[in-house]
Amino acid sequence: MTVLRESSGRSLHMACIALAMLVAVTACSREGEPTDLPATGKVVVQNTGSDTMVNLAQWWAEQYAELVPAVSVEVSGGGSGTGIAALINGTADIANCSRQMEPEEIRKAQQNTGQDPQEFVVGYDALAVYVHRDNPLNEINLEQLAEIYGEDGRIDKWSQLGIENTACKSDELIRVSRQSNSGTYYYFRAALLGKERDFRLGSRDLHGSKDVVELVGRTPCAIGYSGMGYTNDRVKMLKIARKTGEPAYGPAIETALDGSYPIARPLYMYTLGRPSKETRKYLQWIYSDAGQAIVEETGFVPLPEKESKKASARLEKVE
Amino acid sequence: MEDRRRFGFISELLIEWIIRLCGISAIVFVFGIFFFVFREGSGFLFHKLNIVEFFTSPEWYPSSVSHKRYGVLALIAGTCSVTALAMLIAVPFGLGAAIFVSEFCGPKLKETFKIVIELLAAIPSVVWGFIGLTLMNELIIELFDAPIGLTVLNGGVILALMSVPVIVSIGEDALKAVPDSYREAAEALGATHWQMTYKVLLPAAKNGLLAAVLLGVARAVGETMAVLMATGHAVTIPHSLLDSVRTLTATIAAELGEAPVHSDHYQVLFLIGVLLFTITFVVNITADLIVKGIRRE
Repeated sequence: MTVLRESSGRSLHMACIALAMLVAVTACSREGEPTDLPATGKVVVQNTGSDTMVNLAQWWAEQYAELVPAVSVEVSGGGSGTGIAALINGTADIANCSRQMEPEEIRKAQQNTGQDPQEFVVGYDALAVYVHRDNPLNEINLEQLAEIYGEDGRIDKWSQLGIENTACKSDELIRVSRQSNSGTYYYFRAALLGKERDFRLGSRDLHGSKDVVELVGRTPCAIGYSGMGYTNDRVKMLKIARKTGEPAYGPAIETALDGSYPIARPLYMYTLGRPSKETRKYLQWIYSDAGQAIVEETGFVPLPEKESKKASARLEKVE
Repeated sequence: MEDRRRFGFISELLIEWIIRLCGISAIVFVFGIFFFVFREGSGFLFHKLNIVEFFTSPEWYPSSVSHKRYGVLALIAGTCSVTALAMLIAVPFGLGAAIFVSEFCGPKLKETFKIVIELLAAIPSVVWGFIGLTLMNELIIELFDAPIGLTVLNGGVILALMSVPVIVSIGEDALKAVPDSYREAAEALGATHWQMTYKVLLPAAKNGLLAAVLLGVARAVGETMAVLMATGHAVTIPHSLLDSVRTLTATIAAELGEAPVHSDHYQVLFLIGVLLFTITFVVNITADLIVKGIRRE
C-alpha cells in the first residue's frame, strides 16, 4: 500500500512540475508573439516598450481608437530595452523608449531587419526625485544624489543631508531604484554618475514607474526617482540643483523646456525604416494639438509648437 | 462476435499506448526544457565563466558600462533565506491543518475548509505581490520599526501563505490514503485519537507527507512574481529578517526581457536557470534517499 501511494505521489509530483513548466513556456512565447490577428478586420499597430510612457501610450491609443475605429493600437510596457528588443525582432511596429537607442542596438536592428530605426521625439519627461511627504527635505543637488546612489557613495543616513527625518526613526536612507532594463534607470545613472560609474548595490529595484512612487509614499525612510507624471499626495517632489550653492528648480513644464531643471529628458518613439501608412498617420496625430494635449494631461511635457510642426513635416517626407 | 473482440483488442492496445505516451511526454518535457535552458547558457559556461567569481561574489552588475560582474552569491542567499523562512512557517501550519482536516473535524467543517483552502491557492501571485508591496510593507514598518517593509520576512510570509494550500491538500490526501483497518486496529488496542494519529497514521503516511512538504518547497523556490515585489529586489546578503533580498527567479524575470539574445547577460540568466534546476534536483534526490533510508529501517 505504501509503495503504491508513494509512486502515485511521485508521478503526480513530476506531472505537476512538467505542467507548470509547459504553462510557463507557452505563456512566455505568447507574450513575445505579435497578435496581429484582429477579430474584426481591424488594422493593428503594435506599440510596446517604456514603462514610463505606458500610461501616455495607452491614453493616446484609447483616444485614437475613438477617432479612427478601423485602427487598433495595442500598447504594452516592459521597459525601454524590451520595446527595442521587440522592434528588432519585428514583433512591434512602434517602440516606446525613455532613452535614446544605443549604437549597438541600432547596429543589431540593421543587421536583423536591413532597415534603419527612425527616431521620433514625442514629448519630454522631467524625472522627479520623490521622498515621503513627511520628510522635511525640500531640495537636493546632483552631487548629493551621486553620493547616495553611486558605487562607493558616502551618504547613507538622512542626517548626512543636514536634516532630521523624524518620521524615519532608524535614520537609514532607503534607496529605491528601477530594474536594469528600464530607460529611466539608464538615464538616471548617466545623468548622475556619467558613463563609467555604477549604481551602488542594495537599492530596492522595483519593476515599474508607479511602484516606485507607491513604495516611497508608504515608506518614510525612502528616496526614489520616477517620471513626474506619477506623483500622488503621499509623496513630495524635491527641487533639484546641479551643484552645491546653485539654485534648485522643481520639475515642471517650463523648467524642463528651458533647461533649468537638470534631469529632464526626451521621450522617443522608434519605428523601423519606412513605417506603414497606419503607423505614420498615428504618429502624425500624436504630433497634432490633440495628441500633444494628452502629453500634458498625463503629466509629461508637450513639445513646443515649433518642434511638433517640424517633426510632423519630417513624417511627410519619410512618405 | 469476432469483429467485436478484435475491436476491443485494438482499442485496448491503442489506449494503452496513449497512456504510455502521456507518461513519457512528462519526462520528455522535463529533459527537453533542461536541454534548452542548458544550451542557451552553455557558451558562456564553457568559455567565459569564472566559476569562483560566479559562486562567491555578491556583486551583480550585468548592465554596467565599464565593468560587468556576474556574481550570484547574494541571489542564492536571497532564495535560500526566503524559502527557509517560508518553510519554517508553512510546514507546521500546513501539516497541522492537513491532520486537522483529515482526522479531527466533522464532515461539514471539512468541506468548508477545503473550499477556503482551494480559494487561497487560486489567488494569482501578482495579487500576493501587491499585498506584500502595500499592506505587508506598512505593517512591518509599524510593527518592527523597520526602515522598509520589503524584506525577507515579508517575502517569507507571502510564500508561506502560497505554499500552505499545496501542503494541506497533498498532505490530507496522504492521510486519507492510510487504510481504515489501521485506524480500527489502533482504536481496538485502546489508543486515544491523538495517540492513533501520532503513532499510527503519521508513520504510515510519511512518504506522502514528505511529498507534500517537497511540493511546498518547490512552490516556494520557483515562485517569481510575488517575491519580486515583496522582497524588495535588492542585491544584498541578508543579516536579519528585516533585510531586503533578491532571489534567483526574480532576477531572471526582471532582466531576461531586456538582455539581447545570446549576449553574456542573457547566457548568465540561463545559467541561473540551470542552477535552479540543480537545486530542485538535489532537493528531490535528497528526499528520495531519506525515504529509502526510512524504508530500510
